[in-house]
Amino acid sequence: MNTFQPLPDLPPPVASTGLVGWMRSNLFSSPLNILMSLTVFYVIYSTVFPFLDWAIVSANFVGDDKSACTDGGACWAFVGNRLPIFIYGTYPAAEYWRLDISFLLLILSFGPQFFEAFPYKKALGIFSLTGFPVIGFVLISGGSFGLEYVPTDRWGGLALTLTIAYVGIVAALPIGVALALGRRSEMPVIRAFCIAFIELWRGVPLISVLFMSSVMLPLFLPEGMNFDKLLRALIGITMFQSAYMAEVVRGGLQAIPRGQYEAAKAMGMGYWKSMGLIILPQALKLVIPGIVNTFIALFKDTTLVLIIGLFDILAIVESAITDPVWGAVATEGHLFVAFCFWLFCFSMSRYSQKLERKLHTGHKR
Amino acid sequence: MENATTNELAVQLTDVNKWYGEFHVLKDINLNVAPGERIVICGPSGSGKSTMIRCINRLEEHQAGQIIVNGIELTEDLKRIDEVRREVGMCFQHFNLFPHLTVLENCTLALIYVRKMPKAEAEKIAMHYLERVKIPEQARKFPGQLSGGQQQRVAIARSLCMSPKIMLFDEPTSALDPEMIKEVLDVMVELAEEGMTMLCVTHEMGFAKLVANRVIFMDAGQIVEENNPHEFFDNPQNDRTKMFLSQILNH
Repeated sequence: MNTFQPLPDLPPPVASTGLVGWMRSNLFSSPLNILMSLTVFYVIYSTVFPFLDWAIVSANFVGDDKSACTDGGACWAFVGNRLPIFIYGTYPAAEYWRLDISFLLLILSFGPQFFEAFPYKKALGIFSLTGFPVIGFVLISGGSFGLEYVPTDRWGGLALTLTIAYVGIVAALPIGVALALGRRSEMPVIRAFCIAFIELWRGVPLISVLFMSSVMLPLFLPEGMNFDKLLRALIGITMFQSAYMAEVVRGGLQAIPRGQYEAAKAMGMGYWKSMGLIILPQALKLVIPGIVNTFIALFKDTTLVLIIGLFDILAIVESAITDPVWGAVATEGHLFVAFCFWLFCFSMSRYSQKLERKLHTGHKR
Repeated sequence: MENATTNELAVQLTDVNKWYGEFHVLKDINLNVAPGERIVICGPSGSGKSTMIRCINRLEEHQAGQIIVNGIELTEDLKRIDEVRREVGMCFQHFNLFPHLTVLENCTLALIYVRKMPKAEAEKIAMHYLERVKIPEQARKFPGQLSGGQQQRVAIARSLCMSPKIMLFDEPTSALDPEMIKEVLDVMVELAEEGMTMLCVTHEMGFAKLVANRVIFMDAGQIVEENNPHEFFDNPQNDRTKMFLSQILNH
């Protein structure tokens, strides 16, 4: 009698033979490829090296005015000299420590989320979404606990950018989830309200939302009633982004098979339990890329508060580069702003990728 | 069985009618199931057999007639629906395990959040039933890492954790590779031998012969024939039944 013997598992074939082999097969395999490779090398050579020369080799890093920038390269001295105002805006210099502590708290409450081994991630996550905004507000705004009151029109720079982005992100996600659930609700009034809300906010440009909130809204408020310009901008941005968030989350909800709802029902779970324990965890996981996309868009959209007279980091830099004390430093200033934005957006992107990997449970649908 | 009173019946369907839009999917369904009875329901696809058992735990709503499960009549009342679902467990064709939770968490979830049971106690119960379906060693894995047969056994264990009095099976082996069907049927046979009230939509005729007290044949939303398995297979009365049986048995 024949016994079935499966063949042994073999390792996959080795694809390349070292760096030289790889270059030969991928870069120099034919005359056309050689020509293209050399052209690309030349383009890299003629752009990257001059840039490095400008940005590092012949750049000036220290100084108090344009006389320091003599080597013909980038004038980073400008950025270094104005760094406090870029970061803190017009916040009173004696109170910088309050922003420092808030920023430190921000880093401390989010940084550890990147490390797998850190044991208190959940508690810290809850803190960063609930406790931190309160502490941060008390610290930055002042007016209580013996802290000097700092009106919001003195907030600015990177601190303002981060404040707007943080509030927008923390508020837009839950509101977006609620709107997404509402839009799929079987109750007609709730559904209609959510559809109207989403379509209204999604249908107008953010710039007009901000403009309305700062110029039009006060006209409709009763005489003498006036609330903070920053608060109005925050509400505008939050509403706007939560409408986008709602549609992202709804996409995730629609991807969950009906069987999941049925299994939850059959096990006796009501609407909130099945949503909270079964549907949303899966749906949100599916749309992490979309959620982070919205966060990143929100972060970059904060620059639009310029048009209502709030000075975020871009606006502060814009006004600083016109200062005659410094020469032509627009490139340096803008590169610095771009780098700041890139740093935060890239961190969010990395964190989302980490989260996706962690939540991947190897399931197929 | 005929003269059993309402309260003693596990499931009682009286003149149940249901429509999907214009489509009349269930027509005057009458079915009484006594406690401990095992019923196998078969029929061509679209005959309404799945819809019928899904009405029993209100995954589908019936528009006319009366459904009484363990003495509780199913109405719009959410509290009653909840009570019925507490008595009735269900296994689906596509298992419907929760892919973001481990096997153990799948089993304990409802115990912890619906029954408000402490986690340790819930895990003890879950492990007990995972042992009964013979996969305690998979408890820490995710459903996506298991074979179809294993997943369906987890689904059975998950239902059993809620200690249901009635189990509904909606084509539990239809999505499985042939090699895995037996391991699931073995578990179901064991369950039947322990006296569980079972309503099972399946085309596994071997299973029907082995455990069913009654086989029901449905077509076009009606119960065409019902009989004990011996009579049903050897001496079908209705032409439609004969045709169906010849089609599924003559392979």
